[in-house]
Amino acid sequence: MALNRIWVYAEANDGTVTPLTLELLAKARTLGDTVEVVYGGGDADAIAATVGAHGASKVLATGDLGGSLPGVPVASAIAKAVQDGNGPDLIMLGTSYDGRDVAARLSVALDKPVITNNIDIEADGDSVVVTEPVFGGTKLVKTKFTAGNPYIALFRPKSFVAEEAGGGAAAVETLEVTDAGAAKVTNRHVEEATGPKLDDAAVVVAGGRGLGEAEKFEMIETLAKLLKAAPGASRAIVDAGWVPYSYQVGQTGKVVKPTVYIAAGISGATQHLVGMKGSKNIIAINKDPEAPIFSVADLGIVGDVHKVLPKVIEALQSR
Amino acid sequence: MHVVVCVKQIPDPAEPGKLEADNTLDRSGKLILDESDSYGVEMALQLVDKAGGGEVTLVSMAPNGETGGLRTALAMGAAKAILVSDDALSGAGALDTAKVLAAAIKRAEPDLVLAATESSDGYTGTVPEQIAALLGLPSITFAKEVAIDGQTVNVQRQTELGYDEVTTQLPAVVSVTAGVVEPRYPSFKGIMAAKSKPVDELTLGDLGIDPSTVGAAGAGQEIVAVEDAPAREAGEIIEDDGEAFQKIVAFLDDLKVI
Repeated sequence: MALNRIWVYAEANDGTVTPLTLELLAKARTLGDTVEVVYGGGDADAIAATVGAHGASKVLATGDLGGSLPGVPVASAIAKAVQDGNGPDLIMLGTSYDGRDVAARLSVALDKPVITNNIDIEADGDSVVVTEPVFGGTKLVKTKFTAGNPYIALFRPKSFVAEEAGGGAAAVETLEVTDAGAAKVTNRHVEEATGPKLDDAAVVVAGGRGLGEAEKFEMIETLAKLLKAAPGASRAIVDAGWVPYSYQVGQTGKVVKPTVYIAAGISGATQHLVGMKGSKNIIAINKDPEAPIFSVADLGIVGDVHKVLPKVIEALQSR
Repeated sequence: MHVVVCVKQIPDPAEPGKLEADNTLDRSGKLILDESDSYGVEMALQLVDKAGGGEVTLVSMAPNGETGGLRTALAMGAAKAILVSDDALSGAGALDTAKVLAAAIKRAEPDLVLAATESSDGYTGTVPEQIAALLGLPSITFAKEVAIDGQTVNVQRQTELGYDEVTTQLPAVVSVTAGVVEPRYPSFKGIMAAKSKPVDELTLGDLGIDPSTVGAAGAGQEIVAVEDAPAREAGEIIEDDGEAFQKIVAFLDDLKVI
């Protein structure tokens, strides 16, 4: 039995489908005959054209969630469809805040495992195998689902390349929610960000504990501005409260794959490498010649960030 | 106010990780408290303080009755711990782990369950939400601020664009991001006191869980291969002689990003 029907959990902000959703659709198209999206929201019409163009034939929408976090209601709707015999063979979700909630609730509702952090998936007849990087991405673990379908899998951002397939708008159908959920969003706050987004910047300049103190992160911001880059950070300095969580690159935080990644004063803990090792070019500056970051660097400078960075900044400013 | 904090005891992340012959993570060395969990412990202690009384109970699952990491959290100020340890749990997936922790938490009857958003070794990030589903409780993940107001918990939840204010009724499960609070260092007095704090060690049998439904036997997944990832080509590593910045500028020039 091949994968006849695949569901992709679709996410959108103000009617704009997230890149992660489109990445999953691109992969889903290569695996199954029918690809449909599940959407938790009242504005399914707004996403129907985009997901259709990316290969989905239907949007199965819950309707407005009344402010509930999507985990409970969306999982209840998918579980109901599965229990009614209308479920898919495979459910693909992105590793996002809401994607993980939906996958986790669904795994309990269906009493099936969810395999997380995947970067690839292969289907061969009855066998569906997902690939997950471990130990900072130095090893790849391939895991086969053995519990019977539907299989539930979470994928890391940027695992696949989004591509339009030229389809017309997807048909919108209703998916019945059986549990509305009790956690309600009462207010949303959008943090203003200037400059390119960390997710899709061509250049990322990231700082770590080697900067010594919070004030020194200014060097990172300055260099980032000069390179039209997005500033990023290691978990260590996010934990220390120097910069907001939204700056964090790594296993927790953002996965980035820019043309150039500059790691300044970052030792390269496993948790960080996972988030940036896919960058095309990596420049690392660190005092410790043994720092793991040098194992992934194309250009590594063993030196003091406080001496090297100001000179780079000065050189760029004088051009 | 009674808060349960789920904590994981993991191999030291500073050491290179190893896999056993059956492809499970080698957990035979010394296990330590996952640093991600110290934030939940700290937050629980602060919430109990603010509520004007109550206590913090730790719940953990680990092989060989390991308590090293639990003692660290007890030294911070948690009152007691429940540890589930059973050979049948080797190879347990996230859902199995959630089933075990949920059964243990049920015994503690807490007002609030806190957990990290994900562990630093397995990092599935699904266990807190699975626990909530198994216990039939509401849940809020990725909390960067948590406040209790009577029977309500108010959370600032991290989002792609900023944060949401989310509210729900207690009892509830909340997962907290790292960095939300500053975990305290255990005092000498705390470390001494931790040695005699109760750790209730349970097996699957004690929790009424059939061993064939959890662990490798019940995981519903099977590792079929572990491969080396394609290595990056070795780069040029140079010592800064005061002029290394020029190398960086030239490198950026070549890539036409300046």
